[in-house]
Amino acid sequence: MAQALLLAFQTPEGGFALGHVQQMAGDVAFKDALRNTILLILLIVPLQTTLALIMALLIQAGLRGSGLFLYIWTIPLGISDLAAGIVWLSIFTERGYLNSFLRDIGLIQRPIPILSYENPQGLFLAVAVAETWRATAIVMVILVAGLQMIPRDYVEAAEVFGPGLWQRVRYVILPLLRPSLQVALILRTILAFQVFAVVIALAGRVMPVLAGEAYFWYGSYRNPNVAAAYAVLILFISIANTVLYLRALRTREEEVAL
Amino acid sequence: MKRIVYLSVIASLLLGLTGLGAACGPTPTPLGPVTFLSTQLRPVEEAEKMRKVILAGFPAKVDFIPEDTGPFTDRILAEQKAGKVTVDVVGGLHGDLPPFIEAGALEDLTPLLAKLGDRKFPAAFLELGRMGTKDKLYYIPWMQATYLLAANKKALQYLPTGANQDALTYDQLKQWAANVQKATGEKKLGFPAGPKGLMHRFFQGYLYPSYTGGQVTGYRSPEAVKMWQEFKDLWQYVNPQSTTYDFMQEPLLAGEVWIAFDHTARLINALKQKPDDFVVMPAPAGPKGLGFMPVIVGLAITKGAPNRAGAEKLIEHLTRPETQAVTLREVGFFPVVEATIPKDLPVGIRMEGEGVAKQSAAKTALPSLLPVGLGGKGGEFNKVYLDTFTRIVIKGEDIAKVLDEQAKAMQKILDETKAPCWPPDAPSVGPCKVK
Repeated sequence: MAQALLLAFQTPEGGFALGHVQQMAGDVAFKDALRNTILLILLIVPLQTTLALIMALLIQAGLRGSGLFLYIWTIPLGISDLAAGIVWLSIFTERGYLNSFLRDIGLIQRPIPILSYENPQGLFLAVAVAETWRATAIVMVILVAGLQMIPRDYVEAAEVFGPGLWQRVRYVILPLLRPSLQVALILRTILAFQVFAVVIALAGRVMPVLAGEAYFWYGSYRNPNVAAAYAVLILFISIANTVLYLRALRTREEEVAL
Repeated sequence: MKRIVYLSVIASLLLGLTGLGAACGPTPTPLGPVTFLSTQLRPVEEAEKMRKVILAGFPAKVDFIPEDTGPFTDRILAEQKAGKVTVDVVGGLHGDLPPFIEAGALEDLTPLLAKLGDRKFPAAFLELGRMGTKDKLYYIPWMQATYLLAANKKALQYLPTGANQDALTYDQLKQWAANVQKATGEKKLGFPAGPKGLMHRFFQGYLYPSYTGGQVTGYRSPEAVKMWQEFKDLWQYVNPQSTTYDFMQEPLLAGEVWIAFDHTARLINALKQKPDDFVVMPAPAGPKGLGFMPVIVGLAITKGAPNRAGAEKLIEHLTRPETQAVTLREVGFFPVVEATIPKDLPVGIRMEGEGVAKQSAAKTALPSLLPVGLGGKGGEFNKVYLDTFTRIVIKGEDIAKVLDEQAKAMQKILDETKAPCWPPDAPSVGPCKVK
């Protein structure tokens, strides 16, 4: 980390300056990368948390075959993000599964280019779908663990008073789940700032994201200084975000007196 | 048959050893393993061909390690810095090697070249290997490649009237792609503009030289403005997924595109798998001629290589005419020495070979080198072209304004590295200047 800070701020003469940071901020792709990363997080983190919560509650409800669902839902955990990107590329590409399927059922005459720079919303949605598929499982696993830590007494006590499912979730489960939610949100958001393999596989250079730019600056443009400037930026945003979550989801002492 | 192979291996071993006699002493000791780091032949299949076929006849074990340019550079430089060298032979593009020369990490191979006397490397390639010095040779040419157009035969019927497929102009290419779109309703011209694609080479070696006669000096000239206008015009017939394409062989095989520009090694699978479906043709020409880029891959030896004798032997092996022919057959890189092209060559490679020959023999051929003398800044130099393309063609920004701004970014890199102009730009005194 110290090395990254040095790389980002040190000049070749050994002094300190903002030259690399300015080069980063002045770059063609910088604003788009920042905007895309933040938009992607705003879209997928709430979506994933909600989905993961529903999935976790379903598993916790102990319906028949819920163990099987747990296995199926966690499959994406075992797949590397680039592989996940390639899987979705084979679905969304012009001669991919989605277009072939739509054509076979007669909805379209000829393939629609979904992954086209002319169609930025489609591109963005494709990335969001792929990311949601890939990374919801990690949130779900944390929430399942959190749900299992909630003592049965609370839920049973709540059931005695007969509130509906929504009220039980809202007033009993969610507050008790807060520590797990906090962990899940922090982890997921930090990971979302690092997303790039899926984006690169699906959108190429057209939809820049922060981590992807860091990768290009290091690997393709061969300027480790600007790459480090991106890394430091991601680091600071992640720290700020974590602090925000820690404060917003703070568990007061009287609440944890289980 | 087997015995003949053994005998020839032993004979060539002996010959090689007598050739290297001084280094090996009177009693030949078996060669230890050679570590060979390369930026080329990175795709898994190519690396396997290298290990299992091309290096099969070599008398010692070779650790062939293909690596991305970034980690490749880091590893060699870090080993030199730490004084603990493990890599013996380095294989890379001309442009991959300058950082090592700056760091004094490569041996002078002039004595080795003398031992390889009868190989007949083209003088121009050896000149490049001198890397701007008078008396040092930093790499021995290994193999070469270039970029070409490949087209699905179904597209040929839409060629504009009067167009010769072996001597297209950029104007005719546009007309052709437009005809195809009109007939099929799909945009079927493709470029490798994806994250790992080689689109920047198209601008550096093909489009710019064809329109401005140079790669750098005319960057924001009126000719360049006209060039970008025309290219933007052409882009409306280009498959919009081009910005995700890295290797054009895949969209060609899938039928997503019918006409594609790419590196020979990145088209070869399409030509090998369906030689009857495709044709290969030279890149188009512009007002200033047919700009094209020969790509030269070289072999170098690191300073302090743990197995110097093995390294020299490996270079000797790889530059043999027989090995060069095998290399062509297996991975589609063309020989740099006079080699008899084997009769059993796959049709796809023969097609490319003819394309390469037609391209370099074109009347208006204008060979354009990969950037020279940019050291570690080669990547940022490429980025200038890619950013220009993104801003003008993808984002639709004002051409003259973008060219002015990008020319400044380019000049900054040229000034920092003090790189003089390289062909096809006229030689310069001091750093190359964008006019």
